[in-house]
Amino acid sequence: MATKAVRPKKRKIAVRGPGKTPIKLIVNGETHELLVEPRRTLLDALRKDLGLTGTKRACDEGTCGACTVLLDGKPIYACMALALECEGRSIETVEGLARNGKLHPIQAAFIEEDALQCGFCTPGQIMSVKALLDENPNPTLEDVKRAVSGNLCRCGAYPKIFKAALRAAELLRSGS
Amino acid sequence: MPKVIKTRTEFEGHVFEEYVVVEGEGLSAWDAQTPLRYIGRQIPRTDGPERVTGKAVYTFDVQLPGMLYGKILRSPHPHARIKSINTQRAERLPGVRAVLSFKNAPKLSFRQGQTFLFDEIVRYVGDEVACVIADEEEIAEDALELIEVEYERLPFVLDPEEALRPEAPNVQPSGNLLNGKPDIYERGDLDRGFSQADLIVERTFRTQCALHNCLETHGSVALWEGDALTVWDSTQHIFGVRAGLAQLLGLPLHKVRVIKRYMGGGFGSKNGLGKYTVIAALGAKATGRPVKIMLDRHEENLAAGNRPSTIQHLKVGARRDGTLTALELKAIVNAGAFCTWPPSVGGPARQLYLCPNVKTEQYTVFTNTGPLSAFRAPGYVEGTFALESLMDELAHELKIDPLELRLKNYAEIDQTTGRPYSTKGLREAYERGAKLFGWKALTSNPSPVAHLRERGGAVGERATKLRGVGMASQIWSGNGMPPAYAIVKINPDGTATVVTGTQDIGTGTKTVLAQIAAEELGFPIEKISVEIGDTQLGLYAPLSAGSMTVASVGPAVRLAAHEARQQLLDVAAQVLEVPRESLAICDGLLSSPALKEAVAIKDVLEKLENFMIIGRGAREPNPEDVAVNTFGAQFAEVTVDTETGEVKVERIVAVHDSGRVINPLTLSSQIEGGIIQGLGYALFEQRVVDRNTGVVVNDNLENYKLPTALDIPEIVFEMVDRPDHRANNLGAKGVGEPPIIPTAAAIANAVANALGIRIYELPLTREKILKALKRV
Repeated sequence: MATKAVRPKKRKIAVRGPGKTPIKLIVNGETHELLVEPRRTLLDALRKDLGLTGTKRACDEGTCGACTVLLDGKPIYACMALALECEGRSIETVEGLARNGKLHPIQAAFIEEDALQCGFCTPGQIMSVKALLDENPNPTLEDVKRAVSGNLCRCGAYPKIFKAALRAAELLRSGS
Repeated sequence: MPKVIKTRTEFEGHVFEEYVVVEGEGLSAWDAQTPLRYIGRQIPRTDGPERVTGKAVYTFDVQLPGMLYGKILRSPHPHARIKSINTQRAERLPGVRAVLSFKNAPKLSFRQGQTFLFDEIVRYVGDEVACVIADEEEIAEDALELIEVEYERLPFVLDPEEALRPEAPNVQPSGNLLNGKPDIYERGDLDRGFSQADLIVERTFRTQCALHNCLETHGSVALWEGDALTVWDSTQHIFGVRAGLAQLLGLPLHKVRVIKRYMGGGFGSKNGLGKYTVIAALGAKATGRPVKIMLDRHEENLAAGNRPSTIQHLKVGARRDGTLTALELKAIVNAGAFCTWPPSVGGPARQLYLCPNVKTEQYTVFTNTGPLSAFRAPGYVEGTFALESLMDELAHELKIDPLELRLKNYAEIDQTTGRPYSTKGLREAYERGAKLFGWKALTSNPSPVAHLRERGGAVGERATKLRGVGMASQIWSGNGMPPAYAIVKINPDGTATVVTGTQDIGTGTKTVLAQIAAEELGFPIEKISVEIGDTQLGLYAPLSAGSMTVASVGPAVRLAAHEARQQLLDVAAQVLEVPRESLAICDGLLSSPALKEAVAIKDVLEKLENFMIIGRGAREPNPEDVAVNTFGAQFAEVTVDTETGEVKVERIVAVHDSGRVINPLTLSSQIEGGIIQGLGYALFEQRVVDRNTGVVVNDNLENYKLPTALDIPEIVFEMVDRPDHRANNLGAKGVGEPPIIPTAAAIANAVANALGIRIYELPLTREKILKALKRV
């Protein structure tokens, strides 16, 4: 019962293809030049062309949230965007959170609260929480539930995901 | 010398005897006086950092140089014969490297001969027809559309009751009833039992087909190096996949390696070898390049298994005081097109309550629908819903509190074997659960429904929300079993490595095994690494199913750690020149009254160059004179919106007994997860098959409704947490499946309590609630 439909705003893009076409993607602050078919999704470009497999593919049709990444700071389902549409825009994935070998407070909170079981939905959950906390550093439980309501977890880690998000908010507010 | 003995094991409601080799000395479970540093502590997952950073490599993430992708063409018909198949146009598409079908692939028997890898007869919508291997997934998908298949449509049957009729088309050549006869269990004298009853209640319950929807779909990557095959597989049983591949492909075991590092859920659906794995291996052989086949979400929901639908005719007889005199169950299970492991729907009826006269009869029926597989506590979730619903009806008829009725029929022994339980904390679970929930206060009013309605709205206001409470009980195995092997190596630098062939399917196995080794060795947990998920490690461990991983593999790890510790003490005593008995190991340090100060293990072992300590452990047999089971009770409070029909689960209180708790943190995740899956099953999960075409109309996550963040109730739980000293050397039993077993039953009982009307069919959708309310 996903309630949060997140899709990138459609922007006018030049006609390209058929066949592979060069594009530039800015992922976690680094620019990558790659050659993809116009039909390649952002998700597959990240996973297959850039080897960033932290972003998971679970439904490939915008219904589960496992591939949530941030596009210009907003959470989107990477399977619902073409790589071409994201050219020149800022893309943030789970691989970009830890800095200098130190986990991001959201990641640390997910481990401490055991907010994961199989871990397959975890990168998407973490990115949804990141988007929430970037915008609202002091969320309520209801805010958290809404923020991750478009991220399915089949193992049922939800109660702990809520706890982890609130704990991460606390950690971030206290600057640790 | 190793000794061969016979041992009795129970797996998912099936009991069997097997031979087991016993070696080494036994260890008894830690007693209450032993100070424990790691067992029973909240240890965060040791592999948490990999999982939260995206570094964990799941099968879906494996990318090998030169890797090709496979996509499977599936039958659009529920039953058909393939008259012809033309793959030429597909083969000509640039980027296509091979197309496999029954025309060019070996005819390999699958599922005990019920189908072939590529069969000329397709038996459900989604059955495998052909596979394209191509440079890119997109090309493979394009090529699927170019394969021309001519089908001769055959008559089909989707409904298990219809399939049992003599005129029904045969799904399997041998007939539609598995094994040609029902599976019958009987004890006592049923007729006499019913004649002794003051009251007989008889109802028919129906449960739906539920889909696992593991977020990581089923799939494999296959790589040949010479005549040796390596397969990465999203599986709960690496050794089972290895055995299956070796047998089908005619390979010796030492030429097949199966790896599963991380896995995105299984829930029973990944217990065995899948066709996609064999197809990937054949495709890799044919092209000389590694091949990856991961199912997409739709295929996952057609061909990767399900919790089968059931029809359960249940009849119970009782005396006026609530004592059960007879219990009869006739269950029909919709197996789908293939079935080699039927769920045990009659398990709860046979085991849960004291009743001398019991008969269960199960008809497992083939139909032209996607095949069943195990799904977290297969059979028991379905069977418990029916039994615990009927117990509530009986309680209502007899005007006895539902909890009282259950206590009245409490079983002190396992009636299927006559053995006493090793431990049984169900009474305590009932009592603690009732107290935590406030059961007495909520049910004490002579008219509970009216009482609860008052809580739904202000006096005088027309209540549109009905509140109700209900409870249900749980029995399951979770005893674990041999064989399972482990070694513990102590490295020269004072670190230790646990090696065993089990797999962590998301339950926290790795962490728990590290705790056990750290405890036994006396090492800090940071110094322990755990190597699992690879058959090449060489140490067999059973499938991760049946709530048996910790109770099977954990004891072997403890024995291995114990042996390693003994060797370490032998060596240290000689190196340090102190009496062996005087030495103690704590926190990775050796101490002795004979030493001035504690010595690091590293300092001893490094004197011995690259000497390595290797301790071995093998799971001991199960006890012969007791039944080892897990128990629990759950209480549910719901509100039902009489205008929309929506059921909201407000809270669940759960108390379970699975012996000793090794890690309360990861355990709590299992409990919550089980309850949440049970909630989805109770309220909205249901595969819908079109009656006219056999097509699954909700084979996606848009229309197959999983619980989301917004559906989660307050969950309160406690564990009885009493070590079961007879179970194994840890005193621990499984906890993966128990929490899902009573949830749907407890919710259904709460909804019946709220409405004053019972709905006999899951899931409890809004449509059913509104229909029921119109009858008021």
